[in-house]
Amino acid sequence: MGAQFYAIPDDTSRFHVDLPVRTLMAYITGVGDTAFGRHAGETALTLMAQAANAALADAGLARAEVDGLLCGYATTLPHLMLSTVFAEYYGLQPVYAHALQLGGATGCAMAMLARELVDAGRCREVLVVAGENRLSGQTRDAAIQTLAQVGHPDYEVPYGASVPAYYALLASRYMHEYPVSETDLAEFAVLMRRHAGAHPGAHLKEPISVADVLASKKIAAPLKLLDCCPISDGAVALLVSREPRAGLGVRIAGAGQAHLHQHVSSIASVSDLGARRAARSAMDEAGVGLGDIDYLGIYDSFSITLLILLEEIGIAARGAAAARLGSGDFAPAGRLPLNTHGGLLSYGHCGVAGGMAHIAEAQRQLARKAGARQAGERHCALVHGDGGVLSSHVSLVLRRDE
Amino acid sequence: MNKHAAHFWEGCAAGELRYQHCAACAALQFHARAFCLRCGGAKLEWRTAQGSGTVYALSSVARAPTDEFRALAPYVIVLVDLDEGLRMMAHGAPGLCIGDRVRAGFFVHGGRSLPRFDKS
Ligand SMILES: [Zn+2]
Repeated sequence: MGAQFYAIPDDTSRFHVDLPVRTLMAYITGVGDTAFGRHAGETALTLMAQAANAALADAGLARAEVDGLLCGYATTLPHLMLSTVFAEYYGLQPVYAHALQLGGATGCAMAMLARELVDAGRCREVLVVAGENRLSGQTRDAAIQTLAQVGHPDYEVPYGASVPAYYALLASRYMHEYPVSETDLAEFAVLMRRHAGAHPGAHLKEPISVADVLASKKIAAPLKLLDCCPISDGAVALLVSREPRAGLGVRIAGAGQAHLHQHVSSIASVSDLGARRAARSAMDEAGVGLGDIDYLGIYDSFSITLLILLEEIGIAARGAAAARLGSGDFAPAGRLPLNTHGGLLSYGHCGVAGGMAHIAEAQRQLARKAGARQAGERHCALVHGDGGVLSSHVSLVLRRDE
Repeated sequence: MNKHAAHFWEGCAAGELRYQHCAACAALQFHARAFCLRCGGAKLEWRTAQGSGTVYALSSVARAPTDEFRALAPYVIVLVDLDEGLRMMAHGAPGLCIGDRVRAGFFVHGGRSLPRFDKS
């Protein structure tokens, strides 16, 4: 480890106020989304409105009852005041509103904040929404601007590093320290595609094999095209409420965060990126352990992202995530169904909403409203989002009130 | 670019890898700032690394993000742990492996002198 890394001890007591385990008053009472893929002619606002309509309809709530609004940033609408732009467009007059930016962890962070707002009594009904026409509305300049924000402008971007290259660097080191192969990574891309095949709204549904992934176009070794998520248009909305919906309570029982670095060249250790700290904090707050979790929604911008997160959180031992996949545990009928909507890798990635789709799917699984994808009776989900280069971590524990 | 990082890139143009040393606590830092990351001290001195290190991570980039780098693809990006105890991103020679002992050289691309490490 380099001299410039002043390691912060892995002590979760630093990461949350030591609250007694209690029942927080925060429920995800409605979820809504658009299909992901290409939606020519739509904008961030029109997509967000479609998802918001669907979430309100799901919750059976009138628009006028929404008193809080949290919006995820949109690269195709980089407005100073996205939340109030959306509020005016959609016809809301909330008592609390702003947008939030935490890369891929934004969706989980917004759900966490919405929970704090309704639990504290500040709001009763918080609409959490994000969406954008990232595929059809993104100019090349905007793509470069996004890249420049992810890499260090002075010490990384000048080398011609791409977003996949930052993850590839992380992958190379992780695969050096632990027994993880390119085939292991490919297995996760194949699993996500298989799950997406069961979702009518998924961006990529055509089945793929491990051989297809390994033979796909080189991007940044060891990552190939099919190790990377697509760029999509789409939107997702959640309604977070103080009271459960009649006959259905899916509670945000715990939440936790950890932020240890921003840039890949400032990562002190690929074995302590913050995921475990965030997940442990969320589970401690919910009063559950990994053994209580029976559904997983884990961020998967790249195959390596998903594998590292599963292993750091402790869902599989180091180097053993692919073996656990091979045992069938992550399939809908398995012990720990994983991203049954297909994840970012195949359901698609339209920015903040891409990470929110994991939350929406987890809520549907717990509410037993996942239709053809319903993975039996699930009670307790762990959802994890990360932003940057495994930089910002936010975990949520969702529980079904029994 | 911030003025501190500019000093690093001026160093590259002169064939040097420059980093900061804190006069108060002797901490080293590679990403230059106006203050010491460890103690907050404002008295930072520039030093020059002797240029050797060990490959920590690497990737061969096939799809470059800009036209400027497309001409160079595929190229190798490395994270190197300098012997001083500092980690930096740079280019690397083809065929490097993690753990290889390397030494810094420089090449000019797009009007800028970029460090590139090769086996020592
Ligand atoms: Zn100091």
